[in-house]
Amino acid sequence: MPTRVTYDYSLTGDACQKAQQQGLVSATWYQTDIPRKTMKALMKRSDAPAVRDTSIWFIALFVFAGMINFAWGTWWVAPLFFIYALLYGTASDSRWHECSHGTAFKTPWMNNLVYYIASFMVIREPKIWKWSHARHHTDTIVVGRDYEIMGRRPTRVLRHILALFGLPQTWETLKSLTRHALGRLSTDENSFVPASEYKSIFQTARLMLILYVVVIATALYFRSWYFAMMIGPLPAMAGVWLAYIFGLTQHAGLAENVLDHRQNCRTIYMPPVLRFLYWNMNYHIEHHMFPMVPYHQLPQLHKLMKEDCPPVYPSTWSALKEVVAAMWRQRKDPGYYVKREVPNGYES
Amino acid sequence: MSNWIEVCPLDDIDEEDVMPFNHSEQTFAIYRCPKGEVFATSGLCTHERIHLADGLVMDDIIECPKHNGRFNYKSGKALGAPVCEHLKTFPTKVENDVIYLELQNL
Repeated sequence: MPTRVTYDYSLTGDACQKAQQQGLVSATWYQTDIPRKTMKALMKRSDAPAVRDTSIWFIALFVFAGMINFAWGTWWVAPLFFIYALLYGTASDSRWHECSHGTAFKTPWMNNLVYYIASFMVIREPKIWKWSHARHHTDTIVVGRDYEIMGRRPTRVLRHILALFGLPQTWETLKSLTRHALGRLSTDENSFVPASEYKSIFQTARLMLILYVVVIATALYFRSWYFAMMIGPLPAMAGVWLAYIFGLTQHAGLAENVLDHRQNCRTIYMPPVLRFLYWNMNYHIEHHMFPMVPYHQLPQLHKLMKEDCPPVYPSTWSALKEVVAAMWRQRKDPGYYVKREVPNGYES
Repeated sequence: MSNWIEVCPLDDIDEEDVMPFNHSEQTFAIYRCPKGEVFATSGLCTHERIHLADGLVMDDIIECPKHNGRFNYKSGKALGAPVCEHLKTFPTKVENDVIYLELQNL
């Protein structure tokens, strides 16, 4: 498939038409051959791992909230809040993601409950993102089709720096919440959301806006910095930086417009603490190739697939170095990307 | 007019599993539920036309392998985003341990 350089990331412009013409839309992607029985065992759902991990997550949030309360007025608040914010702003991102797939828990209401809580925490509209994420999996990093491309070219360095503090994301969400609360969708959103979902999106946006207003008003009414630091935009923005770095390492700097997840996703080895925060999304090639496999089975899937994939990045740092170098170069040379060699020489 | 088509031996499908079946340029998904009964739906997900035979059967549910959209394969009912449109269902029967599919609805 020919490589194409374009800077139009809208979903209704020329890039979308070109993607259609080039056969990149809803196309068949490369898949590693794994026997059906093995795949069935890997896809099997269970509540236990996610109940355990979610319990640990919430207990940790409450423990750190208590410790911050206890340490209030001392410098200890700073390191404690640093950890609390990571648990709030980064761990909620991965919980949001996994529950949006409906794979974290076996029981649907558990998935939905954690999904909506995590959506509120990470400041992301649950309904609209479900549809955009489905599109992301259909047409991963296909320009003109994928709404979730973080490493857009040419690189806007200031935007990425601000995004480490959640500023552009929160601003965009505030705008979209307002738009949806007023009963409107953007042109891009219209392209991937069916009309039957509009009402639900608008109602959810109104509810979310009310919740955020209540949270902020409560903090203001009681003049409580503690409350503001525990719930709402502040901890989300203070703790999103690691989720943003994780997000960049997933696809940024790699090829656009290919039909092989081994060429546009990264799998990275991470220590257990990071894998807990990230719910194993460091196995990102595996997740994209087989999105039915729950997070807790991804290490097992990785063992079966790794010989069919490019070399694994040995650490987050090694992946991040590559991402930053590629994005820096893409400021001036947007056609540049890191080409991942796939073992069997398959060319997408 | 009914038109029963032979699909495959019953044992070709594990319990709580699904397999594809193609006939007359149509593709179907044939399910064997945990209790052993057999059901059939149109083969492609109504969301992005992915074949459901690569999906996961859980009790009465088939989950699409691409976007995790869920259907009740007994009724064909779509169970929520990202699937909105129901699946078409087809009658089946098992005779002498062979599965048959009725195509009168086509």
